[in-house]
Amino acid sequence: MKRRSAIDLFLGGSLIATIAAFLYPVVRYLLPPKRPSESQDTVVAAKTGELAPNSAKVFRFGSAPAILVNTPEGKLVALTAVCTHLTCTVRFEAETETLFCPCHNGRFDLGGNVLSGPPPRPLETFAVTVSGSDIVVSRRR
Amino acid sequence: MGKSVARTVWEFLDERFLISDLVGFARKKTVPEHGRSFWYFFGGICLFLTAIQVATGGLLLLYYSPQVGAAHESVQFIMGGVKFGWLIRSVHSWTANILIGMMFVHMFSSFFLKAYRKPRELTWMSGFALLVLFMAFGFSGYLLPWNELSYFATRVGTDIAGSLPLVGSWLKTVILGGPDISQATLSRFYWFHVALLPVVALTLVAVHVILVQTLGMSKPIGERGTREIPFFPDFIYKDALGWTLILVLVGVLCVFLPWEIGTKADPLSSTPLGIKPEWYFTFMFSTLKIVPAHIFSLEGEKLAILGFLAGGLLWLLVPFLDRRARRGERSPLFTWIGLALAVYIVVMTVLTYTVPRL
Repeated sequence: MKRRSAIDLFLGGSLIATIAAFLYPVVRYLLPPKRPSESQDTVVAAKTGELAPNSAKVFRFGSAPAILVNTPEGKLVALTAVCTHLTCTVRFEAETETLFCPCHNGRFDLGGNVLSGPPPRPLETFAVTVSGSDIVVSRRR
Repeated sequence: MGKSVARTVWEFLDERFLISDLVGFARKKTVPEHGRSFWYFFGGICLFLTAIQVATGGLLLLYYSPQVGAAHESVQFIMGGVKFGWLIRSVHSWTANILIGMMFVHMFSSFFLKAYRKPRELTWMSGFALLVLFMAFGFSGYLLPWNELSYFATRVGTDIAGSLPLVGSWLKTVILGGPDISQATLSRFYWFHVALLPVVALTLVAVHVILVQTLGMSKPIGERGTREIPFFPDFIYKDALGWTLILVLVGVLCVFLPWEIGTKADPLSSTPLGIKPEWYFTFMFSTLKIVPAHIFSLEGEKLAILGFLAGGLLWLLVPFLDRRARRGERSPLFTWIGLALAVYIVVMTVLTYTVPRL
């Protein structure tokens, strides 16, 4: 190898190593660090008597919205409000007693099962208990 | 195959961006080489440090939160919770300080070489305006970590602005966004630091660099040598060597002296002892301390501030005031004035740190 080629190789290699040494910390910095999870197993979703029959309330469960429904028969059911299609938040439709996702017309029954539309999976359901005046929603184990 | 693809890409880009013309211009351009051409490199170093400021400042925006209740915590998170966050912030803070130091060196070296003389008046004026702007960058950025020192230094700094005759009270309210330092102040300083000042400063940097490129480097008065070296690649290689040395210095400083976070600001606490602004403001800060309360029945502080403003204006207009240099003659009076000013700045800065109760 000629001397000039060797010097070129050495300088080029140094340049690449320098660029890599600068890029590495920047790339690591750009990757978001792990923060403590906001996942919750239990939350007080509402007070007893707060929900009229055949109505619903969206509440925060961990970092995502969930929905508590009081059926016409007075039964309390809770489900995740995040549609399994493209994560829009579902709404309760009193006329049909179903959960409807307005983004792509997905429809679920109150057991979380898909009735129509593109959602690929049912909605996760939660356990509901009444403790004193609190309606407590818990993740099923 | 590889070469022909690269050639096609090059030709595509060259046809649109006229890169060959730019390279041709850089190859034809020359830089004077003489006994004092060492001082030319400080301009390139300032430009390089400005690029680092933009890059690291942009990265800090990813995690910084400009809220009174969250600003200090977000800086703590950058320093301790984000991979290499301590490095990015330390590089930003150290290079900011080194940049202002280099700008002072660049300005005074240009002054003593009389580089401001015709036709480079606007190069001088845009350069001085850039120094003032970068000092404003430092002042606004100092408050962002919302720590005790920066909180009270901002209070002192804005009080100085508030004591200006006629417009002082109005100016202070505009800067603070109210009568005192609050969330409004932090929002405004954040806006100054990441929106207003960058737009103005980068425009001025462009003007300054275009002027330097089109007018070329100034030769000192009486320099008879005619030796010139090509700007590209000879001068650029030497420039790159300077940048590498600066990078090494910054790296060493960041590893051994990472920039501190300080204690979170508490507006109800007493001002901590030894409060002082960033080092590049200390010569003015200490001058205000030693000025008598009254001079000829006028308030000493107001007189001193007016003196600084008048001095700054005269410094800006030096290219038009130094008529001898304009004619290409030596102007020792201006050299002595510059020397006195440089000595004053250095002495007052050193005294601030060595005589605490000045």
